[in-house]
Amino acid sequence: MVLDRLRRANTGRDPKKIPDGLWVKCPSCAKTVFKRLVEERLDTCPECNHHFRMSARKRIAALIDDGTWQEWDADMSSADPLGFVDGKGYPERIAQQQAKTGLKDAVICGGGKLAGHSIGLGVSAFDFNGGSMGSVVGEKLTRLVERCTAARMPVIIVSASGGARMQEGLISLMQMAKTSAALARHAEKRQLFISVLTDPTMAGVMASYASLGDVIVAEPKAMIGFTGARVIQETIKQELPEGFQTSEFLHKYGQIDLIATRQEMKAELARIVSYLHHA
Amino acid sequence: MSNPFDFLEPLVKLEEKITELETLASSTGVDTTREVGSLRETWAGESRRLFAGLTPWQRVMLARHPLRPQSSDYVDHMLDDFVPLAGDRRFGDDEAIITGMGRLGGIPVMLVGQQKGKDVHERKRCNFGMPHPEGYRKAMAKMRVAEKFNLPVIALVNTPGAFPGVEAEERGQSIAIAENIRDMSNLRTPIIVVVIGEGGSGGALGIGVGDRILMLQNSYFSVISPEGCAAILWKDGSKRDLAAERLKLTAGELARFGIVDEAVEEPAGGAHRQPAVMAGLLKDALLKHLRELQALTMDELLERRYRKYRAIGQFIESAGAATAAR
Ligand SMILES: [Zn+2]
Repeated sequence: MVLDRLRRANTGRDPKKIPDGLWVKCPSCAKTVFKRLVEERLDTCPECNHHFRMSARKRIAALIDDGTWQEWDADMSSADPLGFVDGKGYPERIAQQQAKTGLKDAVICGGGKLAGHSIGLGVSAFDFNGGSMGSVVGEKLTRLVERCTAARMPVIIVSASGGARMQEGLISLMQMAKTSAALARHAEKRQLFISVLTDPTMAGVMASYASLGDVIVAEPKAMIGFTGARVIQETIKQELPEGFQTSEFLHKYGQIDLIATRQEMKAELARIVSYLHHA
Repeated sequence: MSNPFDFLEPLVKLEEKITELETLASSTGVDTTREVGSLRETWAGESRRLFAGLTPWQRVMLARHPLRPQSSDYVDHMLDDFVPLAGDRRFGDDEAIITGMGRLGGIPVMLVGQQKGKDVHERKRCNFGMPHPEGYRKAMAKMRVAEKFNLPVIALVNTPGAFPGVEAEERGQSIAIAENIRDMSNLRTPIIVVVIGEGGSGGALGIGVGDRILMLQNSYFSVISPEGCAAILWKDGSKRDLAAERLKLTAGELARFGIVDEAVEEPAGGAHRQPAVMAGLLKDALLKHLRELQALTMDELLERRYRKYRAIGQFIESAGAATAAR
């Protein structure tokens, strides 16, 4: 059922996440494991349950009930407000990312049922330019939230992003404000927002909508933070503690509510929705 | 590395000559009025020429000038009867953000301003203007007071960025900034944001959401520092001048994108030359915007604030041309 559908939906996608070939080496336990087995377990290691990065499409299939998904604003793609050039032009860079991923930009939004509950769902596509937030990501997420505010529906956003997209300059930074303002209005109507943090959720994304969940859930051992560890080390020459900026680190410091494995994520989200959403 | 302020050298030379002549006059009694007057005219012309042609990188340098007026200078020159307020009521008092009440031309306001520090000691206490989470939470605590008692908020942005450190991460830097952004988006009192120097990314936005965004002419507001951008794109931090140009981070450029509502003119030679004059110009601009905002009902104010941010963004839908957000 779900897994069959996943395999079909996923053929040929995301060559970076799980390398081609029958076998894949787990970066966590270093064991060589059978790739199809990894895929059937929602991209996790059968030996140690390491969570590989998962494509946005596959994530949606893993969370949304069969046959209930409807994608919103699927046609939206980036303009080039700054005329940004670095070696190649920004439009060319976007076209490359689109060809590589089969996506228009770094987020997929839509509506569907999660274990029978109607929800709005946004999922970052990390393989599209690092999941970075420019105008398209900001606008699609804002429309998602606004739609759910009007329909009195819960919103779930699954994040995986390096932060704001440099090539759209301050316009990207302002998407942090735009999305957060939309969530404030959603909250004024007493509607539920669940933020799901996956590897990695950093910088401008973590410092805006991803941190604003009524409930914040993370996958195990995801990298989550504001400033990247390398930058921290370079600028302040500080030794970084063991497990710094992992889901477990954030949990210890009181910043997230719970850590859920990918296998239990859908059931966990459904349970939370059942408590906090009154239709 | 050469002196980053080389481009100001012609002005500095003239200033030295003027001082020399004035000293000569006072020590010998020789009348140098005419010579000084003519040098001042030359200076004014030269400064107009120089400032009209500043590159974005040069503006970034001016924004970081060690003598550039800071939040405390604007408190001194612009507000009467200032009452400083400290602490976030949770963890500590972050001096990288000063907060307090004052009267702006008679109107009581809540001031929230990032502060880099003026001497070695203050700079250290202020962490060079890089706030920790408690700084952002302190700012929001005071803004809540402002909301409760109908005081407009004046937020002065001047930070290279939120502090990148282990303790900041432990205490929730992301969350502190995110919650401020959200809560400033619907705080029920007028908010005017002014970038007075550096508008460093999320650390700036953490006190930088409001009804109006003003920028001083020689300040910058950017998603990433020019150095950081150059390091990522060209693996070469020295291409920061090129990065500054590409990022479109100056007041004029950002006004064209509709993000910045007004580029506030600086006195001749830059804000650091005449802090009191600068404060006067900013005060006038603030009073003008405040009057406009105070004429609105609260619902209108909040709706317009929402629309302001809602409209930021450019994208292409279906086969069409680029559209701006609604
Ligand atoms: Zn493993």
